[in-house]
Amino acid sequence: MTMRLTFENVRWSEVWQASKDTLAMLGASLVFTIVLGLLLGVVLFLTSRHQLIAQPIVYFLLSVVVNVLRSVPFVILMIMIMPVTKAITGTTLGVQGTIPPLVVAAAPFFARLVETSLREVDRGVIEAAQAMGASRWDIVRRVLLLEAKPGLLAGITITAVTLVSYTAMAGVIGGGGLGDLALRYGYQRFQTDVMIVTVILLIILVQLLQMAGDYLVRRFSRK
Amino acid sequence: MAYDGWQGVIQLIELSDISKSYRTGSVSVEAIKHIDLTIAKGEIFGIIGHSGAGKSTLLRTVNLLERPTSGSVKVGGVELTKLSSSQLQKERRRIGMIFQHFNLLAMATVRDNIAFPLRLAKLSRAAIQTRVNELLQLVGLEAHADKYPAQLSGGQKQRVGIARALASNPDVLLCDEATSALDPQTTNAILDLLLDINKKLGITILLITHEMHVIRSICDRVAVIDGGEVVEMGDVLDVFLQPQHPTTKDFVSQVADSFDPRELIASSKGRLMKINYVGEITYEPLLFNAVRSTSVQFAILQGTVSRMKNTPYGQLVIEFIGEDQEIRQVIANLRDKGLEAGELA
Ligand SMILES: Nc1ncnc2c1ncn2[C@@H]1O[C@H](COP(=O)(O)OP(=O)(O)OP(=O)(O)O)[C@@H](O)[C@H]1O
Ligand SMILES: [Mg+2]
Repeated sequence: MTMRLTFENVRWSEVWQASKDTLAMLGASLVFTIVLGLLLGVVLFLTSRHQLIAQPIVYFLLSVVVNVLRSVPFVILMIMIMPVTKAITGTTLGVQGTIPPLVVAAAPFFARLVETSLREVDRGVIEAAQAMGASRWDIVRRVLLLEAKPGLLAGITITAVTLVSYTAMAGVIGGGGLGDLALRYGYQRFQTDVMIVTVILLIILVQLLQMAGDYLVRRFSRK
Repeated sequence: MAYDGWQGVIQLIELSDISKSYRTGSVSVEAIKHIDLTIAKGEIFGIIGHSGAGKSTLLRTVNLLERPTSGSVKVGGVELTKLSSSQLQKERRRIGMIFQHFNLLAMATVRDNIAFPLRLAKLSRAAIQTRVNELLQLVGLEAHADKYPAQLSGGQKQRVGIARALASNPDVLLCDEATSALDPQTTNAILDLLLDINKKLGITILLITHEMHVIRSICDRVAVIDGGEVVEMGDVLDVFLQPQHPTTKDFVSQVADSFDPRELIASSKGRLMKINYVGEITYEPLLFNAVRSTSVQFAILQGTVSRMKNTPYGQLVIEFIGEDQEIRQVIANLRDKGLEAGELA
């Protein structure tokens, strides 16, 4: 097999469109993932043993749901929740059609990262806040989320990178984006040059996300 | 506010029959047992005990960070154990607390740490700024307002803790081993600050410690706690000069020169007396005056002349050599001056 890397098959307008689609999927799903994951993570943390709203049964049930969602491979999850996706967005295709499965897959993952970061918050600081007359809501808002900020930023970075690879997989069922491009031209039509271009773009995207995340974590670390 | 008529003292904190047990698995540990404690407005009250004695548990019942298994907790006449959680949150704003490990928000500046309780109380931005500036000045941290806790020394961190605890003008300040993580010099600076706050602002202070030095430096009264029970309680001076319980004696010996009376007795040629005195007479030539008209000679074998909070005191072991008759006269002279003199046994 000879490889001719002349990029003769690459249609740059299509690459540009696919890049925009990938960024749109990533951006939208990341926003929803952060909101839902943060909520779920805070609830997981608060209801766990010895914490502010210790509710072992609630914690156990949420924990099971999170574990189930995290153990189903993304591609299968996507197919499984198609009816839900259709009900929410009206389609299972294109950028819109990929957002619900992306969020359903990434939010539980991010929620665990949130729970872990909140666990790192010094118990003494929480106690000091209680002693000053803080309500539980005050503690979540003014203590936990503040003190866990570097950990949460690191968690968002990991989640964003994970989402990039999910968006690529979403191409499998017509999600669009760079993954879709790579699959259609690179794999199905043996246009290796297209595959290489898309992979390079994905690598650059991941690299940029990681660098931005690391920068923010450093910027907000106070230890 | 509870008013104790015949003493004319306002009781700010009243703990009655407080017990707390912890259950770990099937075993239940009684951390504190049937403790009664009354603390008057304006006093500095110390609780001392060895590790595991139950000090922290007891202190934390005062603001219900630890809910006692039984008993009543009244602060400023309000029974805290009967309050709803939002009522309790309001009452807690009148009870400041500082901690051994400071427990500051690592992600907030000194200024924001001090502003924390003010934001909880929903003060206006301008009011918060004014108050924070006052507090920064009170604890001497104006120059460090925009630093983060990680950039401060231990003593400075504790100052932030104190400013934060005082922000909402509390009636009481609870101190959980507030100086145990500090070096001796910084400890003294923080103790001076606490004493100052007590005097200037009239804030009642309840502190726990395992260092007798802390008690001696700033406390008015002390309770010694051992195995979850109060084994001795009283004015610091009394407890210090006449410790009764073995645990108390142990703590007192931390700060006194330790000596073994048996050794002294064995090598003694005359009569050994232990003499205690308190107050201004500490600085008078007492011994000289007492022996002047006799032929009795004396030797000081052991002694401390020091201050407890603001009261000077002395504690000496003296050997008197001379005729029995005359020694009795000398001792009588000393007792006339208000000294306590007892045979060293
Ligand atoms: N959360 C808890 N669960 C179980 N046992 C506890 C708990 N907190 C305290 N205890 C027990 O209660 C007893 C008193 O503890 P406490 O922390 O009040 O002691 P302390 O006098 O403050 O000691 P230290 O000087 O070491 O801080 C100890 O035997 C301790 O093991
Ligand atoms: Mg303790």
